[in-house]
Amino acid sequence: MSHTVMDRAPATEAPAPRSLAHRRLPRWAPAALAVASAALGAGIGLAAGFESRVQWGLIAALLFVVSTYAVTTAVEGSRQAKDRIATSVVWVCFVLAVVPLASLAWTTVERGSRILDGYFLSHSMAGLNQNTPGGGIYHALIGTLEQVGIATLIAVPIGLLTAIYLVEYGRGRLAQAVTFFVDVMTGIPSIVAGLFILSTWVLTFGMGPSGFAGSLALTILMMPVVVRSTEEMLKLVPNELREASLALGVPKWRTILKVVLPTAIGGITTGVMLAVARIAGETAPVLLLVLGSSFINNDPFDGTQASLPLYVYQEYMLGTPHSYDRAWGAALVLIIFVMVLNLVARAIARWKAPATGR
Amino acid sequence: MNPPTSTAPPPAPLPPQPAAKGGATRPGDRIFVGLSRGSGVLLLVIMAAIAVFLTYRAYIAISDNQANFLTAFEWNPQGQPPQFGIAILAYGTVVSSIIAMAIAVPIAVGIALFVSHYAPRRMASPLAYVIDLLAAVPSIVYGLWGALVLVPYLDGMNSWLDQYLGWTYIFEKTSSGPARNLFTVGILLAVMILPVITNVTREVFLQVPRAHEEAALALGATRWEVIRMSVLPFGRSGIISASMLGLGRALGETMAVATVLSPSFLFSGHLLDPGGGTFAQNIAAKFNEANEYGRDALIASGLVLFVMTLIVNGAARMIIARRKEYSGANA
Amino acid sequence: MKLQRRNARGLRAVTLGAAAVSTALLLTACGSDDNTQQGGADTTKAAGNIKCGGEGKLLASGSSAQKNAMDLWIKNYMAACPDVQINYNPIGSGGGITQFNQGTTAFAGSDSALKEDEVEASKKICKDGQGINLPLVGGPVAVSYNLSGVDDLVLDAPTLAKIFDSKIKKWDDPAIKKLNPDAELPSTDIQAFHRSDESGTTQNLGKYLGAAAEKDWSYVAEKSWPAKGGQSASGSSGVAAQVKQVEGAIGYFELSYATSNDLNSVKLDTGAAEPVEATSENASKAIAAAKVVGEGDDLALELDYTTKADGAYPIILVTYEIACDKGNKAETLEAMKSFLTYAAGEDGQKILSDEGYAPVPDEIAQKVREVIPTLS
Repeated sequence: MSHTVMDRAPATEAPAPRSLAHRRLPRWAPAALAVASAALGAGIGLAAGFESRVQWGLIAALLFVVSTYAVTTAVEGSRQAKDRIATSVVWVCFVLAVVPLASLAWTTVERGSRILDGYFLSHSMAGLNQNTPGGGIYHALIGTLEQVGIATLIAVPIGLLTAIYLVEYGRGRLAQAVTFFVDVMTGIPSIVAGLFILSTWVLTFGMGPSGFAGSLALTILMMPVVVRSTEEMLKLVPNELREASLALGVPKWRTILKVVLPTAIGGITTGVMLAVARIAGETAPVLLLVLGSSFINNDPFDGTQASLPLYVYQEYMLGTPHSYDRAWGAALVLIIFVMVLNLVARAIARWKAPATGR
Repeated sequence: MNPPTSTAPPPAPLPPQPAAKGGATRPGDRIFVGLSRGSGVLLLVIMAAIAVFLTYRAYIAISDNQANFLTAFEWNPQGQPPQFGIAILAYGTVVSSIIAMAIAVPIAVGIALFVSHYAPRRMASPLAYVIDLLAAVPSIVYGLWGALVLVPYLDGMNSWLDQYLGWTYIFEKTSSGPARNLFTVGILLAVMILPVITNVTREVFLQVPRAHEEAALALGATRWEVIRMSVLPFGRSGIISASMLGLGRALGETMAVATVLSPSFLFSGHLLDPGGGTFAQNIAAKFNEANEYGRDALIASGLVLFVMTLIVNGAARMIIARRKEYSGANA
Repeated sequence: MKLQRRNARGLRAVTLGAAAVSTALLLTACGSDDNTQQGGADTTKAAGNIKCGGEGKLLASGSSAQKNAMDLWIKNYMAACPDVQINYNPIGSGGGITQFNQGTTAFAGSDSALKEDEVEASKKICKDGQGINLPLVGGPVAVSYNLSGVDDLVLDAPTLAKIFDSKIKKWDDPAIKKLNPDAELPSTDIQAFHRSDESGTTQNLGKYLGAAAEKDWSYVAEKSWPAKGGQSASGSSGVAAQVKQVEGAIGYFELSYATSNDLNSVKLDTGAAEPVEATSENASKAIAAAKVVGEGDDLALELDYTTKADGAYPIILVTYEIACDKGNKAETLEAMKSFLTYAAGEDGQKILSDEGYAPVPDEIAQKVREVIPTLS
């Protein structure tokens, strides 16, 4: 992807010579307009007494777009003005999107780091209520690791085998159906997966809430992601490798196990880790099936367990300053966990990339 | 379904015949084929089981329901008699998703264009990377941020909207109070699905044949004209399917809505008034106090959500599949 | 050669995964449930004389209204009897009863007595017996508000009903003025907050309004909020947090949430000589007027919401522990009896008012103390 971007960039700058025939705005004009409209937006916001910073931003953005259009039409003509306005709209879009996301990241880090320490990581919430400070997320960490671990143990083999079936064997109606439903399955809302396990495991088979019940729901969410990413990776394995191996008389299953899978293992690992990152943050199924606990429960098969995302939700619901602190702290840990998984996964992908034969 | 010999043949462009015949008869191969096909079948069975079990429990609930399941404006499955309906939930789910789409799709297309065509070269690929990471932020964190940071910020904007756009009815605010309404939920959902839509759209934009763009440039087109004439037409189906994927996510989002919304079963066309609810939010909120029948009622509403997301996702996939053929012919 | 190298790398990736798993396993070895150093209450204070019995894990779940009382009891009990680990999960009364009837928990906590069909269902779990209600925790439901400059507010049942039914919309409404001639009431909008989830607290407020303000509150008292309009939040804590944040808000929740959020609570004009404040003591007086309506060992109560006794605060909530009279699970029976004996005993009841709850009146508590040893 990045190659394409680099290749294209010079091409898009090609029109430069035409500026000889036109009057053009100086290079600093857009920046100046941006600064001016930001200042004006803030000024209007202050003067009109708008409390919300969001409004200031919106006014500034609008001013920027309008003023750019006006100035460019006057100086460069309407086609150029349209081009300018498109450019500024695109920039505004980018800024609009960055602001909330930056705020999210900043708030989580700032609020979360206030409480995050060794004690917070190594203690449970036993014996504390919403009015007491202290406590920690140890029980929730254990719960999340176990639930996600079990889900991974179930989902990865099934997902791998399904992907192998689709790429190496699958032809005909069955394979088409599997492909289609794997796609559809990626879109199942997590709460529906939770309801499904609730209706079977809990309501029909009469089992109680446990970490394992949560794992089952997470498995459903994880499998299609694993299938999809593994499939993509297996497709990248060059056919010459398979042909060479088969020509030597190696059985097909050994070819797959010894040649195809090892070649794609980096990409598969990346896919699995991304899938783990996705399910580690799921709250809804855990809310229905694991229910949460303030004690350490190391046994995922018996009794309710805590989980990190659920802990964030429950502490938020308690609604006191102490519990908000704990919620932010846990949210920060959760984000770090997910981000580390993502970064490592992508690092593996980059490190293994040449091995895919492209 | 089929005898192993007929399914075992390798993919068409793959190995030559002899290996295939030899492969199919080996016991190791037969076991392996069985295992892998079994996994595929297992996935289908799970999908079928989801539909069957949800329908079964929903049937139990709906058959005792004394109100119209589709049109009733209340949720009281544990009352005497039990009465519950999904009208408010369907309305809230659809409205909040529409708001989210209306905000997120144009912005996402803008960011995708920014990354693929506008951003300085050195910024482009780290940006794409960051957007990827943002798609991985757990929804509960968005929910926490939405409830504690976004809602207070939007209070001011709500009264501003009410002041200047109150005449439109939908932006009229008839009850004061914090901005824990469907409009806020829509904005939060937009923030959440933005990275998802951006990612898919960006990939499509990067596939636009260079020849198309260069041809336009050669004719003296400005950058915007290039985008309007070659990039957007090429990427249209990609944008549509990306939006549908985002829509699927917005429809089923639970935690972010549950933390932000102040739910009620009173119908209000005013987006800025507190109230409303979505399928997923209602399930999360009512689950704890629900007895077994109450849970069945929630499962019934979950079934409706399941069907909605199936339709949206199925449609998105079909559009993608069509585009694949189209772009394959082009490449 | 090339293939082999790939293989080795693949192995490395797998090793990485294995390392992650073993780190996770290692993690299970450290960490602690012991929070006594930070905020965990002083266990020596109220431990009193607790007779320990049984050992192992005692699971219970249910009402979140009695969560703080349970936390306190469990903390004291476990400090005295380290052999027993009690885990009370405040998932809500409905969920608690469901779990109890599925046999996953030893007892349930509930805001309301078992209904007939729930008693029927409990017979499957309790061999030769059925689920019975043991009232252990009482408490006032405070109606709290957030109105700057108004520290004292008196309301009566009809006014309260109209406020929660969105019929009175401004704080300076004549009806409110009449009850508070001295207060400077602003013309702010009233933001009435109710519970968005189903709750015994809602049901008890509804029963009070239905009994004391029949004309103005025509709704059936259900666990879900019956009236239209108003704003909502999930859980008592959610409502309290909203009331705290929103100027002009009014909401209802257990007294402990009002205390912990520093919120002013409404005094009720019940027809008694003086308007009654929501306190543990005043709630106990109102609970004393309750009648036992359960049969046999079942001690389900019928509360008198229309009491006009001096100093009796009528919006009250009694939460029960639900256990089998016969046929409790053998492995947890002793621990459960010992724990409930402590909770129902004088020491257990005495500490309730520290957390904003009200002890169950002696007369009823005495009956509970008699029933607990007979559980089998």
